[in-house]
Amino acid sequence: MIEIVLALAIGVLSASGVWLLLRPRTFQVIIGLCLLSYAVNIFIFAMGRLRVGAPPVTVSGLETPALYADPTPQALVLTAIVISFALTALFLVVVLAARGATGSDHVDGEEPRA
Amino acid sequence: MTDWLEHLIIGPIVLPLVVAAGMLLIDERRRIVKGVLSLAAMAAILVMALLLIHESATGAVDGGDVARVYRLGDWAAPYGIVLVADRLSTLMVALTGVLGICALVFSLARWDRAGPRFHILFLLLVMGVNGALLTGDLFNLFVFFEIMLAASYGLVLHGSGETRIRAGLAYIAVNLTASLLFLIGVSLIYGLTGTLNMADLATRIPDIAAQDRGMVHIGAAVLAVAFLIKSASWPLGFWLAPTYSAASAPAAAMLAILSKVGVYVILRLNALVFSAEAGASAGFGLDWLLAAGLATMLFGVLGMLATRDLMRAAAFAVMVSSGALLAVIGGGGTASLGAALYYLVGSTLACAALFLVAEILERGRDPGGDAGKAVFEDEYRDPFEDTERNDPGLVIPAAVAALGGAVILCTLMIAGLPPLAGFIGKVAMMGALMSADSVAGWMIVGMLAVSSLAAVISLTRLGVAAVWTRDEAAPNLVVGAGEFVGIAGLLGACILMSIFGETVLAYADHTAAWLAEPSAYIGAVLTGEGR
Repeated sequence: MIEIVLALAIGVLSASGVWLLLRPRTFQVIIGLCLLSYAVNIFIFAMGRLRVGAPPVTVSGLETPALYADPTPQALVLTAIVISFALTALFLVVVLAARGATGSDHVDGEEPRA
Repeated sequence: MTDWLEHLIIGPIVLPLVVAAGMLLIDERRRIVKGVLSLAAMAAILVMALLLIHESATGAVDGGDVARVYRLGDWAAPYGIVLVADRLSTLMVALTGVLGICALVFSLARWDRAGPRFHILFLLLVMGVNGALLTGDLFNLFVFFEIMLAASYGLVLHGSGETRIRAGLAYIAVNLTASLLFLIGVSLIYGLTGTLNMADLATRIPDIAAQDRGMVHIGAAVLAVAFLIKSASWPLGFWLAPTYSAASAPAAAMLAILSKVGVYVILRLNALVFSAEAGASAGFGLDWLLAAGLATMLFGVLGMLATRDLMRAAAFAVMVSSGALLAVIGGGGTASLGAALYYLVGSTLACAALFLVAEILERGRDPGGDAGKAVFEDEYRDPFEDTERNDPGLVIPAAVAALGGAVILCTLMIAGLPPLAGFIGKVAMMGALMSADSVAGWMIVGMLAVSSLAAVISLTRLGVAAVWTRDEAAPNLVVGAGEFVGIAGLLGACILMSIFGETVLAYADHTAAWLAEPSAYIGAVLTGEGR
């Protein structure tokens, strides 16, 4: 059950993300990138295998690694979240600058000719 | 190896980071201090890179090749993160150093005043590139890639202006998407092999269960798409020409190395993970690289012939050289790879020099790209700014002669005509490919010949138009002393490469042979020998 929910979440998020990424307005592109990065973050997390109730840190005396959740993807996902968050903020600044410089929120910097 | 030499590997990463962080504390108006600091840092990086080259080529007990491994926090290899300095990575670090110092000297004449925090972004870019080249861990590679890209976003926008913002917007969107693909590829590979260390990955690839092998290949392919986007391979590289031609000249010169970092990673991962020892995965994806490389070269050639702008021609020359390298990695074999590495160094230096020359020639013709506008008015205000900003300081005499000579040298290098290094590299590559006598080899030879012809036609036409038959209305050519020194440095490096062609080519050939035998690299990382 949990696998289906997770797979659906990743699928829906990335499908919406890709669709928004290909839209003509810069705001849509930003939201698309956000959704895609959520999908990727959950995907990284899932690569550590889905376990319920498995502790991430070993206790002394109970060192069987199979009992524990894999901590590496959790560390990776933290790094990925921080980086994509920072870069989205940076992208937002550039989008604002583009809006100011070109007077349009179209990704080409000009309204399409009708 | 003495103690301080052991820590030398991390120097090219830590030094620019520390200097850049320290510079944040210095007021933006104290340009001389900042310029001197970043010049000193770049010079130190170059010296460190040369020491590392010497060490990696002669450091073994028997005086042969060695991969020096630096364990961060002294954690043993598959668990901790390692930095690895071998022949290939140190060569690339040295190339970055030469390119960086020349672009920096060039920028001191004029461009470092065109916007805030230029030196900091510049040093962080160098840090990211060096980190990506030296790391031996896939996720760490991602982090350094992001540092490098974040700094490059800033540098692309440096100088501001509408053209740059528009080009930067597309550049950032494409690269953010590529970074997400990078993450998907890395995590797929981790999920199936349980390791992120490149050397450890190489040892685990032959033992992958048959039902998992397809997924590992998908992971590797997704990862490769991310790097192909960065190396501007066709059809993923349409962002390159508008971005590089819009960027300010020193930034564009540094961006020339960025696309080569993508090529470097593809070469490194192919040589390690899909080497001849990789069992059923040996040589995975090489045909795709060959096809992508040839298509990139063709696209670059057509772009060069079609463009009417020297900056753009330089950007397409970057694409052609990336394409040639990808094609040789895919279909060339070890013998031609050595020559291709020599060509990589020469063509990167020449393309960077061409960006610098082209910017001076086209100055004043590009209303969108003037250096006098800031992104945010309050960000950068200086009472002297308008007179001082466009003043190059000391000006050299005979600007037309100097620029004309520089254009000729760049053309000779990029087209691969004698007597310069471009010729040596191309002939060595063609010779090796012809003696291999494969269909792939002959296709690459053909494309190399076509690309030379296109480069001659395009660069001579644009060069003549820009230097000798200039528009009467165009402003007079002015070359600042710093600008001249920067260009002369890059072209001087090309000339040195030609004079000492045999030595450099022998080094490149040794590097290709070293890459063909990944066991020494893997052993050094996993057993901790040569730490």
